[in-house]
Amino acid sequence: MIELFHNPNYNFIGNRKWAYIVSILFTVAGLISIAVHGGLRYDIDFTGGTLIQVRFEQPPTVAQIRAGLAKIGYPDSIIQQFGDAREFMLRVPLTTTTPEEVGRRVQSALTADAALGKFEVRRVEFVGPQVGRDLQLNAIYAVVAGLLGILLYIALRFDLKGGVAAVVAVFHDVLVCLGAISITNREFSLPVLAALLTVIGYSVNDTIVAYDRLRENRGKLGSQKGLSFADQMNVAVNQTLSRTILTALTTFFSACVLLFFGGKTLEDFAFVLFVGVITGTYSTTYVAAAIVVDWTRYVEGRGKRPKKAVAKPGEPRVKSHV
Amino acid sequence: MPRRLWVRIAIVAVVAIASIWYLYPPRRTINLGLDLQGGIHLVLGVEADKAIAAQTERAAEELKGSLERKGIGVSRIAREGDTAIAVQLANPSSWNDALTVVGELGTTYERRDEDQAAGRFRLVMTQREADRVRDLAVRQGVETIRNRVDQFGVAEPTITREGQDRILIQLPGVQDPERAKALIGKTAHLEFKLLDEHVTPEEAQAGRLPETDELLFERRIDRQTKVERRIPYVVQKRTLLTGAELNRAEVNADPNSPGNWQVAIEFNAAGTRIFGDVTEQNVGRRLAIILDGTLYSAPRINERIPGGRAVITGQFTVDEARDLAIVLRAGALPAPVKVLEERTVGPSLGADSIRQGLIAITASAAVVFVFMLLYYRLSGLIADVALGLNLLILFACMAAFGATLTLPGLAGIALTVGMAVDTNILIFERIREELRVGKTPRSAIEAGFTRALRTIIDTHLTVMVTAAILYNFGTGSVKGFAVSLFVGLAASLFTAYFFTRLLFDLIFVRRRKLQAVSI
Repeated sequence: MIELFHNPNYNFIGNRKWAYIVSILFTVAGLISIAVHGGLRYDIDFTGGTLIQVRFEQPPTVAQIRAGLAKIGYPDSIIQQFGDAREFMLRVPLTTTTPEEVGRRVQSALTADAALGKFEVRRVEFVGPQVGRDLQLNAIYAVVAGLLGILLYIALRFDLKGGVAAVVAVFHDVLVCLGAISITNREFSLPVLAALLTVIGYSVNDTIVAYDRLRENRGKLGSQKGLSFADQMNVAVNQTLSRTILTALTTFFSACVLLFFGGKTLEDFAFVLFVGVITGTYSTTYVAAAIVVDWTRYVEGRGKRPKKAVAKPGEPRVKSHV
Repeated sequence: MPRRLWVRIAIVAVVAIASIWYLYPPRRTINLGLDLQGGIHLVLGVEADKAIAAQTERAAEELKGSLERKGIGVSRIAREGDTAIAVQLANPSSWNDALTVVGELGTTYERRDEDQAAGRFRLVMTQREADRVRDLAVRQGVETIRNRVDQFGVAEPTITREGQDRILIQLPGVQDPERAKALIGKTAHLEFKLLDEHVTPEEAQAGRLPETDELLFERRIDRQTKVERRIPYVVQKRTLLTGAELNRAEVNADPNSPGNWQVAIEFNAAGTRIFGDVTEQNVGRRLAIILDGTLYSAPRINERIPGGRAVITGQFTVDEARDLAIVLRAGALPAPVKVLEERTVGPSLGADSIRQGLIAITASAAVVFVFMLLYYRLSGLIADVALGLNLLILFACMAAFGATLTLPGLAGIALTVGMAVDTNILIFERIREELRVGKTPRSAIEAGFTRALRTIIDTHLTVMVTAAILYNFGTGSVKGFAVSLFVGLAASLFTAYFFTRLLFDLIFVRRRKLQAVSI
């Protein structure tokens, strides 16, 4: 049989101080990028506005299209090539005119410019200011509600420490993904939001597998004798390592396929998944497990009154010496 | 073979057959979202306040009529804001008589700011009534739009109320979005009013417009130059007849202007009687036909028209005339609507999306299939069969629930493929571990499945909770993603655990001498 690891015994948890530094570096880099760009770039789904996707028969230049739009008073429009050289996405910010009017004006401006040649309007989207605001709020509610749901579920199934650590790990993943969006200059759109929520689910899934293993090991009387809590965690992480890597690989393959074959419309979605799988796998060990370990050590070290640790109370307890 | 095994085989067989049953034929059973087949997605906001204002306007008219009939002089009666009517009696001594008349109006308006000495009071619509009118306006709007869309002929449209005052409309496969939008969004408030020929439009535009009159325009577009001219008319404010009394509306060629079309309308019994009276009393005057505040024509009344028939002319193309006939037949919207959100996808883009989505899914499934086969050999094949059943169930569920498959939905399925396999990986790694510590293949399989179960349930539940939250908070395409993710994970619990276990039992555990497991 093919095996990725044979009885792996890496000291993941022991190296967690370095991992903290890496995590902080990545999240801070993302936050700086977001700050430098003046916040995330939101898609019209969230800001409101009109989007028109056009395919020309002859590839035009962006300058040609911009000149056409400037003539009708939309110099602030965003013009982006979309997929191949003949396809463009035009975004007009919210104006006082009606969306029908904007769409019609843009079309007639493009028709009027003989140099642009024939074209086909492939998609028109208009989002009013009220709807955009609603979507923004809903997005925030969705993420917060998702995190609360996860926290509650883990707190009930495992314990509060585990729940908090899992949510911190997920939060870390969301920050890294948002940073990656900002650094690569992508837009925050509805599909990106969907991808973020998937990453949340994936990351938590991974964390639960590790917790579950820890709980199972601690349930077996005596099997963990002589091991510090940190070592117990390390054993659990190593035991689930091949599964973690295999699952990460298959999900990663899926994300790659979407990224490379899913077309332009799915690209941003797939990109977030791509980043999310990596950070989600990493954060299980180096954010969630690491926090539980340090939190438990802190509780145990306080006044040498070791009463309760993660998962199961009443277990044979050994003082930590990590 | 043990009886329990038969039961399990039967369960899987029933599920598989039911899935195939729901999926046949595939083109007709799965709803494709607008992003996949092209079409229009519209969110309209109903301006329900206008319906309230119109209701108040009518109440004011009615009250004025009743007071006049009782011989009670009124110096001013007018609508104030959307919900209030201000009344100023000509003579405060008729106060009590006036209040009796007001009482007949019912309980939908409350009397406020009374000043008996000055003979002045206001009537304000109750909050309950306002809510009722508002609700009715949206409900009737949905009905009317559904009526119009049905007559326009769109296969499987979605027209539903969303929240308090929004209407969601999805028209798949519509080729001409502009026309469909015009058809849906038109208020189609048809009115017949008399022209006031004592005042010329020039005088009116100079500001000398009597209080009982209003200035309306006719739009004429030159077919060659596309230049629009606006011709002003002075029209009496009083509405004599509305489109609510219509019975039929049909398209025919305009005999007076070749190439143009007109809409012939026929009133119902009540409308015919009013129309007959109006034309009888106003022979020689001009009757303006007004649609949504724009004047279409103002023919002179030559004699009493008894049959209740009239014609709306106005440079219509055959499509315009046809659409006008549809909206007149379907009735007016109780309140104007505003486009809040619009997404139009051309059919060519939709076809591209389907192709790309299918390629992505096929490729991602293929990668996972090959990987599992190489890594776990016969067990990998079992996982692949389970994955196949998973996709079958997933598509069948979507067909059975009438769920819509959107582009993010396809992405959700691609992701399900990856995560369904996770379940099998968990189990297989566990079995390998048990083998490593020296268990017999039989007990290793037993232990692997049992021990992995709790983890599998935990992981599936958390992601399904996230999908459910996504469904509740998301809109449109995100909902589609949540649906396919949720259904896919539910199916994965069945296939990746229950079905895989069954195959393991059949292939490995049933053997009399199980030396090794291909894993």
